[in-house]
Amino acid sequence: MLIEQLINGLTLGSIYAIVALGFTLVFGVLGIINMAHGEIFMFGAFIGVMITSTLNAPLWVAFLGAIIITAIMGYLLERFALRPLRHKQGVSHLAPLISTIGVSILLENLSHHLFGAGNHPFRTSFAEISFQIGSITIYLVQIVIFVISIVLMLVLTFWLGKTRAGKALRATAENLETASLLGVDTKKTILMTVIIASAMGGIAGILVGMAFNSVTPQMGLSMGLKGLAIIILGGMGSVRGAMLGGLILGLAETFIVVYGDSGYRDAIAFLAIIIILLIRPQGLFGQKIST
Amino acid sequence: MLEVSGIHAGYGKIQVLKDVSLEVEEGTIVTILGANGAGKSTTMKSVSGLLKPSAGKISFLGEDVTGLRPDQLLRKGIALVPEGRQILAGMTVLENLEMGAYHRKDSEIDSDLNKMLERFPILKEREKQLGGTLSGGQQQMLAIARAIMSRPKLLLLDEPSMGLAPLVVADIFKIIKEINQSGTTVLLVEQNARQALKISDKGYVLETGKMVASGNATELLSDARIMEAYLGKRSS
Ligand SMILES: Nc1ncnc2c1ncn2[C@@H]1O[C@H](COP(=O)(O)OP(=O)(O)O)[C@@H](O)[C@H]1O
Ligand SMILES: [Mg+2]
Repeated sequence: MLIEQLINGLTLGSIYAIVALGFTLVFGVLGIINMAHGEIFMFGAFIGVMITSTLNAPLWVAFLGAIIITAIMGYLLERFALRPLRHKQGVSHLAPLISTIGVSILLENLSHHLFGAGNHPFRTSFAEISFQIGSITIYLVQIVIFVISIVLMLVLTFWLGKTRAGKALRATAENLETASLLGVDTKKTILMTVIIASAMGGIAGILVGMAFNSVTPQMGLSMGLKGLAIIILGGMGSVRGAMLGGLILGLAETFIVVYGDSGYRDAIAFLAIIIILLIRPQGLFGQKIST
Repeated sequence: MLEVSGIHAGYGKIQVLKDVSLEVEEGTIVTILGANGAGKSTTMKSVSGLLKPSAGKISFLGEDVTGLRPDQLLRKGIALVPEGRQILAGMTVLENLEMGAYHRKDSEIDSDLNKMLERFPILKEREKQLGGTLSGGQQQMLAIARAIMSRPKLLLLDEPSMGLAPLVVADIFKIIKEINQSGTTVLLVEQNARQALKISDKGYVLETGKMVASGNATELLSDARIMEAYLGKRSS
């Protein structure tokens, strides 16, 4: 029982971590909360539903499709909703934040139009496959989610820590002017960051669809707020904080449902924000993107 | 090598530089002097591309480079060590140095890196440490070493001696002299006027956004009026 819940919690937490990483990367280089991230995540989930259910294509095609579409959405977001507001005289520093809120409302309405308001099941061919180890039941889909999330986190960590482009991103996150003096085309780096973050959101969307077998246009908002809670918990712009914060929230939510009152499940994230802001406002790892 | 002619630059509506011109010849060290707020950093930001001049022209090696971005100017051979050093505090000393060579694709990056660590043993000792943990003097060495890693033709240094102990300051000036002797042209901004002019070929004096004097370093050093107005307070 305990181990099963632990697995449930880690599965959920690893998805949260991927969502939060998208927030943290964009916050790192742009210093803004991307309020449209949750909706891009939701679009990823819907693309997954369309490809697997409507087109009956295999899961990997769904991932590929979601990555491509959400990456394009990230491109459009940066190019047309964020870049025009940057370094403009007389533009409030809140403008990009408001702009992402506008995009999030647009995307939510668009999803109602495109996909309808209802609940869409997310079927995978292996949804019912499970393993019995002693008294513990583990579903294959949980393992798939967990493995994909962990691999994604490892790849991101390696990329940020060891590659030229990853180091350029970290330098840009730390200081835009310094990065440009060192030869980094910061415009390109910012664009690339928003694209990568959005594609990670798309992947997380499919993972959530798989985990809960359900996709709705509203899921973007609640996931967006939780992602926000996680990066406040982990420290704005901290990669490690996003990963650990995601896992902590996933575990906490799972265990409160089991040992407490399931009605408080969604409140945990926000309770955590309040407590963290009171006792450790810089978050658990208050630092910019580092490895 | 560098020719700044009649540039105007500022921040939004605030005009700082008014018709500033200066010239740096290849192989020399040129110093810009001036009181706090005179516009020295603004001049350096304009030459390195951080600020776009609203009027005037900057040419480098005979090419018009007005309005280019810092990363484009770095590729042309202009590197700036900004005021306050701007070390990447969350990256290691080694990563900071590697970032200096970010735009390079040649095969000599590693050997340059080793040379740099040899020249600055303190950086080698701390290569795995985060940049933010270094002392002010060490950060300045790292900032200069990082800029050299880009193999600049023209190195811009904005107040490299600021906030450093006298012994470290002497060290920094020695390093600047060495860099110049190895073939890099240097444009220096300093408040340590006497020490700066001693290693310089030429000097300019900036006052509230205007060039008010210029001349050979030795001339400026012996000009009583200038010495009193700009150089008198901080002797060494
Ligand atoms: N980012 C900025 N925004 C607005 N004004 C600035 C900014 N930076 C500098 N200034 C102003 O420009 C003038 C020149 O500054 P600066 O070039 O930094 O002087 P210096 O380097 O000679 O001390 C000063 O009056 C300063 O207040
Ligand atoms: Mg200055």
